[in-house]
Amino acid sequence: MTTYLIRRLFWLIPVLVTVSLVTFIIMRSAPGSPWDTDENKRQVDAITQKSLEAYYGLDKPMWRQFVGYIIGDWNSQTKKFVCGLACGNLGPSYRQRGRSVQDILFAAPENQTFWQSRFGYSVRLGVSALLFAVFIGIPLGIVAALKQNTIVDYVALFFATSGISVPSFVLAIFLIIIFGSWLHWIDIIVDDWSGLKYWVMPTLVLGFGTMAFTARLTRSAMLEVLRQDYVRTARAKGLAERVVILRHMLKNALIPVITILGPALAGLVTGSFIIETMFSFPGMGRAYVQAIGQRDYSMIMGTTVVYALLVAVANLSVDIVYVFVDPRIRLEE
Amino acid sequence: MATAQPANTHNIVELNDVFRPSRSLGQEAWSRLIKNKASVAGMIIIAIFIFMAAFASVLAPENPLQLNSGKRFLPPPFYKGSTNTQPDPRFLLGTDSLGRDVLSRTIYGSRVSMVVGFIPTIIIMLLGTTVGMLSGYIGGRVDNILMRLTDVVYAFPDLLFFIIVMVALRESFLGQLMNGMILLFSALAIVNWVGVARLIRGQVLSLKQKEFVEAARCIGVKDVRIMFRHILPNSLGPLIVWAAFSIPGLIITEAILGYLGIGLRPSTDAKAFFITSWGSLMLDGQSAINGQPFLLLAPAICVALIVLAFTFLGDGLRDAFDPRMRGTQ
Repeated sequence: MTTYLIRRLFWLIPVLVTVSLVTFIIMRSAPGSPWDTDENKRQVDAITQKSLEAYYGLDKPMWRQFVGYIIGDWNSQTKKFVCGLACGNLGPSYRQRGRSVQDILFAAPENQTFWQSRFGYSVRLGVSALLFAVFIGIPLGIVAALKQNTIVDYVALFFATSGISVPSFVLAIFLIIIFGSWLHWIDIIVDDWSGLKYWVMPTLVLGFGTMAFTARLTRSAMLEVLRQDYVRTARAKGLAERVVILRHMLKNALIPVITILGPALAGLVTGSFIIETMFSFPGMGRAYVQAIGQRDYSMIMGTTVVYALLVAVANLSVDIVYVFVDPRIRLEE
Repeated sequence: MATAQPANTHNIVELNDVFRPSRSLGQEAWSRLIKNKASVAGMIIIAIFIFMAAFASVLAPENPLQLNSGKRFLPPPFYKGSTNTQPDPRFLLGTDSLGRDVLSRTIYGSRVSMVVGFIPTIIIMLLGTTVGMLSGYIGGRVDNILMRLTDVVYAFPDLLFFIIVMVALRESFLGQLMNGMILLFSALAIVNWVGVARLIRGQVLSLKQKEFVEAARCIGVKDVRIMFRHILPNSLGPLIVWAAFSIPGLIITEAILGYLGIGLRPSTDAKAFFITSWGSLMLDGQSAINGQPFLLLAPAICVALIVLAFTFLGDGLRDAFDPRMRGTQ
């Protein structure tokens, strides 16, 4: 178990290095430097351009830039070693002068907690969407399975199928127009996210797909255990129906559901950038979309690496959680 | 099926009753598919959208590029928006930020979605099938390298990869070709062929052990022929199901990229085949959500419809090709 865990943790390193390498190569092969995006009007003169390139290390050879990005590099001006990604340094942002990428993503505004940072906002949104998905999706799946082939089942299945297939940003458009523009139940533009009621809509939209997926998975898992011998035995010995459902059926049916929660959370945290943009939510995803709009290459690169790390850790967590919830599985290859 | 020579005509009748004429897997699947109401509905919707894309120039009531300077963000005639602008009955779904007809632009937008859905899927299928077959059939080191490669591709969040490629290479030579379509197709193919290769590899690995392959090998059939005439037709079912789920995924990806403003370049050339996409229509529509919501709604409804249609078709196809799986998913 421990050796397996350690091996899997070490496997994260080549994955992350590959992701950063691919991102690095694509980003650096963009024509032009970050400062002359508009060819018609040069924004900076040649000398400024030179010093900017020296500041960001762009005058060095490609391989050295990459090694500098991953491990670190010797800064000849300040005579200091600047640590790279290995120490959590994602480099300076190209557009927000004087701020580093990790500063923008993880640092909270003054006098506020970590949860007030961009990353903190995204995590909070992702977790609340996941809670919504679990607490609505699982009961929905159970009810659908217990009432298989009735109208309840069909309605639940239709919701689940459309929830899985219709992308969240299309759903967001419908809800914003119906509840924001027509019924005026919600504000379209929210500046202050301390009020709980503003969280309802983005949580709902973001979590809907996962909720639908959870419901469908729970339903099919329940249908599988429904016909098992031990369920019949439990009924035969006269247990209350509630006990049969909760203790005998659900306990086994939830195993596949639990295992998707890790990737689901990663998907919710990383996949939220469109939802965050639509609701002008102050999270990491919106910072990412803004960086795309501003062509802030280092910011795009840094955020991508953070996202990739989240996905990799989530995938790893599934395999570990698997062992704890299902004793039938062993982690030997 | 009935190969025995019957003694008299009476027997023939009886035999025909007992042995139905043999039908291929495809025919079986088709007959099951058309009994599935949701799938048929899905197919009809898809056919309508394909028709819309092909005959956009005939169907569109207005020129989608015609600017009407005094008629920006007009609501549709039937809709009372929050602004006091007078709607124009010429524009059934209103106008956009430059006074262009939304209905016509939505109709033209279907072209991009259809092409982005189908063409990369075909490329991905060809590429993935070839690699998957070779890797599964030859095995050994080829197989090993492929599996390591897929691990790496899986680790990359794919939407992020598309975003990075579209942002960085937009101004490059590749990004300029055909409004950036070639670049988008390449990015989609690079990420998605891996899934097909894995799928086909798994199929080949299990089919390789089957008796009919062994029999073919015994009578001296060449490897290439075994791969293409014996193994490939038997792995077509899962491949078709995969395609039905891949197409809506690609359409959504394009819409997201368009919405972020990094999709295909908008065209201003009246003769161009691709004029706008649903994603860029939605991006445009965000600024007038109260006065003219149909700029957002029309493409959003189209995306939702086409995606649902493909999902229903895909579900039906999966049941049709593998009836044992019915209702378990």
